[in-house]
Amino acid sequence: MIHFDNVTKVYPHQNRPALQHVNVAVEKGEFVFLVGPSGSGKSTFLRLILKEERPSQGHIHVAGKDLSRLSNWKVPHLRRRIGCVFQDFRLLPNKNVFENVAFALEVIGKPRRFIGRVVPEVVDLVGLEGKQHRMPDELSGGEQQRVAIARAFVNRPMILLADEPTGNIDPATSIGIMKVLDRINRTGTTVVMATHDAAIVDAFRKRVVELEDGRVVRDQSRGVYGQAY
Amino acid sequence: MRAQFVFQEIWIGLRRNLTMTIALIVTVAIAMALFGTGLLIKAQVDSSKDYWYDRVEVSIYLCSKTSTNPSCNKADRTDAQRDQLEADLKAMPQVSKVEYESKEQAYSRFKERFSSTPGFVQSTKEGDIPDSLRVRLKNPQEYKTVAQAVNGRPGVDQVINEQEILKKFFRILNGLQWAALLIALIQVFAAVLLVANTIRLSAFNRRRETGIMRLVGASNVYIQMPFILEGAIAGLVGGLFSAVLLVGAKTFLIDRLQGSLQFASQLSWGSVVGVIIFSISVGVLLCAVSSFLTLRRYLRI
Repeated sequence: MIHFDNVTKVYPHQNRPALQHVNVAVEKGEFVFLVGPSGSGKSTFLRLILKEERPSQGHIHVAGKDLSRLSNWKVPHLRRRIGCVFQDFRLLPNKNVFENVAFALEVIGKPRRFIGRVVPEVVDLVGLEGKQHRMPDELSGGEQQRVAIARAFVNRPMILLADEPTGNIDPATSIGIMKVLDRINRTGTTVVMATHDAAIVDAFRKRVVELEDGRVVRDQSRGVYGQAY
Repeated sequence: MRAQFVFQEIWIGLRRNLTMTIALIVTVAIAMALFGTGLLIKAQVDSSKDYWYDRVEVSIYLCSKTSTNPSCNKADRTDAQRDQLEADLKAMPQVSKVEYESKEQAYSRFKERFSSTPGFVQSTKEGDIPDSLRVRLKNPQEYKTVAQAVNGRPGVDQVINEQEILKKFFRILNGLQWAALLIALIQVFAAVLLVANTIRLSAFNRRRETGIMRLVGASNVYIQMPFILEGAIAGLVGGLFSAVLLVGAKTFLIDRLQGSLQFASQLSWGSVVGVIIFSISVGVLLCAVSSFLTLRRYLRI
């Protein structure tokens, strides 16, 4: 599903590469924790999958496509198959829960009837039954993140990328968020989650890829966050 | 669905930076009105040039007792001199037509032209205006050869090329045309900068929305269309205002001028409408293109 083949990324005007010689293969339906300290290259890894950045060296395949051969106008179609969740939720404050989730379908031109059918299903799936008409500022942090997950998942992507999804949420609520991500993973969606929440990684016992200074220093199935922490 | 969504976005964008939008509309309106004025003057010049150049003549005034030219010797030309001149002119290959205008004819034409100022007419008697030979040329550019052939010949007082008078008039109109187009160009420049700023602000105001659109895989056209249409609509509204200004200029300025001056204008409503359509299209296109170019810088894909 996601293949990094000797990928190096150097941002312009920076000497130190953000990623160096990274080889990672994530198969369909896997759940991968991407761990490592800040600045270790986790976000760069996710941005490369979305083709928001191009690798300086090496090749990346996502959903069977070589990203270096993917023309710019096809990038939106790639992104329709990838859902994204962020630490800061990125909801639209002037839209309610339903509209926030529906927005993702509206802007790719889905018909209104389809949206009216699919959005409530996904809102229920993330555990927000009956809160469709709440505004984001009427929701707790955990609930806002559930809205963001619903928006990322509503188009049934093949891959879900989560960049520190529990970073702004207290530990108890984080467990609920992780359960939602796990439920999505069980539908067959590949999930890649960047985090430095050791408790969560240790509790879930999924595959762990650890980055340090842009290098993969550990790739372990059913791993823990790491002894050092 | 799509259309409704796009128009909703445009409306939000235009409303959020209303002051910029108004400034943009006013600038586009002035720019396009001046641009249209320039085009109208050009249309006027072109059509009246054709009209006048078909009618211009070289007037060869013949000697009379009142003329101040020393070669006339304060004497009337003789009939023999007149006939000789007429025959010689008719023989020239450049000349298409020669007409003799007698003193009576000249006087009655004078009376007619200045009928609105009777005092002027009363102080002039028949015979004060000399008789003349009016020469129509095949090609107005060949005026010089004809003038040289007759200048200084006995019986000739002075040779006047009407084309020279017209040229002065057209030079003024041309100057006006270029002045209008120059100011229009400066305004267009200002409009382009304003569009760029408006769209940049708009893109900044909606960076959350566009960021999410990008992430969920909205196509570039879909992301950019609201902004481009926002510019285009501002251009259209500005263009419509300029149309009002141009129609006003036509009814209150040109048509009135035509009434008071002997101004053989062929500026029809058809050409005014043509100019309006053209300048509105230019305004819309200008705004759409400059917002597109701005977006390329501020809305990275």
